[in-house]
Amino acid sequence: MDIVQIVGIGIISTILIVLLRQSNKPEFALLVSAITGMIIFLMVIDKIRYVVETLSSLSRSVNMEFTYFSTILKIIGIAYIVEFGAQISRDAGENAVASKIELGGKVIMMVLAMPIILALLDLIIKILP
Amino acid sequence: MDISLIFKIASIGILLGILNIILDKADKKEFSYIITLVGVIIVFGMVIGLISKLFDSIKTIFQLY
Repeated sequence: MDIVQIVGIGIISTILIVLLRQSNKPEFALLVSAITGMIIFLMVIDKIRYVVETLSSLSRSVNMEFTYFSTILKIIGIAYIVEFGAQISRDAGENAVASKIELGGKVIMMVLAMPIILALLDLIIKILP
Repeated sequence: MDISLIFKIASIGILLGILNIILDKADKKEFSYIITLVGVIIVFGMVIGLISKLFDSIKTIFQLY
């Protein structure tokens, strides 16, 4: 059972983090929390790959334009990485750095989404008389 | 996945906390700072490989090149 493993890892690492904070070592608490997030993500990464492959084969079979699908996929990946980094810096009390990371992620997402927005605008202009 | 890394880091942290207390009591504040620094560097060396692995797998799955 994967879920039992994941929850167990989370509980154990939470206890260890509290212990480390108590013993005046917040930097190690931060590293433990970061590594816990990574290990949990690496445990579920095969399942994510399976979901993504299924979705991409689905989108290929309904003849959707593939660039749109890959753009959405890229945005999801950027959102995950940005969330990961921002959460780590917010845990360490660095709210300013966290907001900058989020700003960078938003700008890159906007740039990636630009072709979709342009296609939408083209469609609207075509529909309009 | 190996969970032993969590235990390793936590045990290094607890050990350094104990060492800090002992060195502070023995009036060796400068050594306690150096020990903390070395511990952080060692642990970060352990963590950085996993970080790069995570980012690589995210890149391959979500087609971020």
